[in-house]
Amino acid sequence: MKGLVRNHACRIAAGALVLLIALPAVIQAQDLAVVGGTVHTVSGDVLESATVLIRDGRIVAVGDVEVPEGTPVLDATDRIVTPGLFDATTSIGLVEVGMVSSSVDSRVQGEAVEAAFDVVDGLNPRSVLIPVNRAEGVTTVLSAPTGGLIAGQAAVIELAGASVAEMLVRPRAAMMASFSPGAAGGARGAVSLRLREVLDDASFWRDHRDAFDAGRSRQLSLSRLDLEALGPVLDGGMPLIVSVHRASDIEAVLRLAEEYGLDLVLSGASEAWMVADRIADAGVPVILKPLTNNPGGFDRLGARFENAALLHEAGVEVIIGSFSSHNARWILLEAGNAVRFGLPWAEALRATTLAPARALGVDDLYGSIEPGKVGSLVVWTGDPFELSTHAESVVIRGEVTSADHRQQQLLRRYRELDGVPPAFRETGD
Amino acid sequence: MHHRAHSQLVLALVAALLAAGCSSAGTAPATGPDHSASTDADMTEADRQLLNGTANGAWESTYRPLPSTPVLIRGGTVMTAAGEELPVADVLLVNGRIEAVGASLEAPAGAEVIDATGRFVTPGIIDTHSHLGVYPSPGVEGMAEGNEATDPVTAEVWAEHGVWPQDAGFWRALAGGVTTLQVLPGSANLIGGRGVTLKLVPGRGVTDMMFPGAPMGLKMACGENPKRVYANEGPSTRMGNVAGYRKAFIRAEKYRESWDEWLAGDRTSKAPDRDLQLETLAEVLRGNILIQNHCYRADDMLTMLELADEFGFSIRSFHHATEAYKIRDRLAEENVGASTWVDWWGFKMEALDAIPQNLALLSEAGAPAILHTDSGLEIQILNQNAARAMHAGRRAGISVSRDQALRWITINPAWALGIDDRTGSLEAGKAADVVIWSGDPFSVYSRADQVFIDGAVVFDRSRDSGNPVSDFELGFLNHTGGAR
Repeated sequence: MKGLVRNHACRIAAGALVLLIALPAVIQAQDLAVVGGTVHTVSGDVLESATVLIRDGRIVAVGDVEVPEGTPVLDATDRIVTPGLFDATTSIGLVEVGMVSSSVDSRVQGEAVEAAFDVVDGLNPRSVLIPVNRAEGVTTVLSAPTGGLIAGQAAVIELAGASVAEMLVRPRAAMMASFSPGAAGGARGAVSLRLREVLDDASFWRDHRDAFDAGRSRQLSLSRLDLEALGPVLDGGMPLIVSVHRASDIEAVLRLAEEYGLDLVLSGASEAWMVADRIADAGVPVILKPLTNNPGGFDRLGARFENAALLHEAGVEVIIGSFSSHNARWILLEAGNAVRFGLPWAEALRATTLAPARALGVDDLYGSIEPGKVGSLVVWTGDPFELSTHAESVVIRGEVTSADHRQQQLLRRYRELDGVPPAFRETGD
Repeated sequence: MHHRAHSQLVLALVAALLAAGCSSAGTAPATGPDHSASTDADMTEADRQLLNGTANGAWESTYRPLPSTPVLIRGGTVMTAAGEELPVADVLLVNGRIEAVGASLEAPAGAEVIDATGRFVTPGIIDTHSHLGVYPSPGVEGMAEGNEATDPVTAEVWAEHGVWPQDAGFWRALAGGVTTLQVLPGSANLIGGRGVTLKLVPGRGVTDMMFPGAPMGLKMACGENPKRVYANEGPSTRMGNVAGYRKAFIRAEKYRESWDEWLAGDRTSKAPDRDLQLETLAEVLRGNILIQNHCYRADDMLTMLELADEFGFSIRSFHHATEAYKIRDRLAEENVGASTWVDWWGFKMEALDAIPQNLALLSEAGAPAILHTDSGLEIQILNQNAARAMHAGRRAGISVSRDQALRWITINPAWALGIDDRTGSLEAGKAADVVIWSGDPFSVYSRADQVFIDGAVVFDRSRDSGNPVSDFELGFLNHTGGAR
């Protein structure tokens, strides 16, 4: 990959094409010109033989653009260029080995409601999951807490950076919740009741905060931290992502969201296609795993591969996720299979880039290739969803990221078995 | 000590097959189940049934192929899993068997001719590792049959006694081009019980689905699962795991001897008492039941090969085998299969070192490489996963042909199940287990259009009704569900 980056002789003229908007975090912003590829901007047209010019980590121009001298060039001739893939269904950075509890920071062992739990301080920029998934085109993820009725607050991160500050795009980007029997008290009615109690208490606290602090408040069912954390959800400023599957449960969650004026995002949603029109009317996006079709429980008897296509036809904004951390890279396979079962190709690309960015309120900087956005993109050898294609270069903030990772090192160590104990074998490039 | 006479014999067989023109890496030798151990040539069928726990023909397959007419599949790209891809060729199915594969075949009188121009034809796909039927959909209270987790050794239980034929997952797998699968007990136990090989044809009872004549499997499990499940009562360590296998096989040897002696004698004395656990293990020692061994780590697999040496049995295939690439030379040398995924990893310590090039490296080394699923979802995309593993290998500079990749999901799993003489490739004389794909099966966009089992169309994507639907799916929804 590095061989493709050519450093032009001269330096860029000072002041040229400078972008004044500050980046969301401290990062090593780079200049880069990605030249000659077929650029799927997602927000606009598909541009043939186009150049994407990145300056200080931001896209400054797209199309028939002259490359300023001195700008490193990444040749994308005969290649497809898309925005970096955005997976809103992971806990990357919060988990190393699934069954090793000391390496899992996505779940609080305690109450059903952990609204105050914020994943940020548990994020590990050195997780081996990051380069494994980045190498296959995933550049941005929602790293989310899991479990219980309200699991806590998820963060949007980029899969590059040596510190949390460098990775972090938006902390407290969404509140994660679950509407399923067992999430609280068994019966669905009890789940709904508890969610209402939680939202009512948070609303009451917001309006009577001084009384609460003075000890003159009625008894509330949550800790002060949880009450405070729910404020942005009640204001509609923080999306509430609710994992829910049964069609009637989806309707119950839609009613709840309307009643409280929530910025709702549905997740999982195996039977969403059965109530697609209602979801479309409510303007609620749906995050789903297209490869879901077994009637694995009584809340998903209607699971089918056409879910994504049918929702799109009804006018619902579809977001495709891997629903995996170790294999967020499966987002490609999921998207390809959504196309196999009827979702238009361009919608599948949107569902893995701009749609999640919009749902999480970071589409001002992520999800498409257009001036002003962060220079995170992927150069593919062909149709990104096709099984023969791979990510040739993965660019984050204008920097071509390393394609090396632990699995590559294991491969190099064991590529030849010649009697020398593999432990002696170098794994460097 | 690893070069037992048995493995030398197998190597000689492999060499003979290579000399006979079979292609090399990943090709499993075309032998049936290994009956070498102590099976007496003049043992009667009744004796065999007695030893196998199937006296009077009980528990045997009642499968009958569905009615079929001769079919000529014309003009498709034919991927045989037995050599080069045929860009334009015909496949003729007669009386449930493949009559011929080649160019410009004549359609016999009364044959249905299917135009497969622009489409692809492959053998039916085979999965060595499924829990469909024993962990069915819906996965709710009352339906989990996979793990008899009441004792670390439950060699006495049989998966077929827990298979629910109404698992809707069977027919979704069929729609993905799968024609045969092995249903295994789970991995809670050191020795989990017998597995059963099924054809994906609906039946009212499990025997209606059983692959006729397929040897049974025995599920064994290494590593973390048994020691976690039995942490309190033991085994709680890998040491305890291995002691558990050894204790069981020591008893099994004695049991086998007592029965073999009785059978070889004048049978005037009372027959030894039957012991359901030891009956199964004795059949393993005789080579009549194939060991299917859940085992992730390279060192755990090597430990199991030592165990097999100690008691003189063979392991047919390791399952999951995420580190098989580290010992691929040994697996090739001993002709032990590795059934694995493409890129599942990291969910527990013993799965940390999985790499997507596992299958490609195994094939390159000449070890039997098998793509399995352990999943009611992934069993529907085995063709896609074979393609992903093929490309992962190629990108790393490992040569993998399309034929080899197809073998990972057809003839190699057939070998691991001991049925490669009957199915798993498009060759004259084999069962007409065939899939017609809408396009290249190694493309994410292709679908199985038609699936034939023993010459009969069991699934046809173009028809609105007539494809199998489980009883369970009736009445709940306004549509029939499924992977249409």
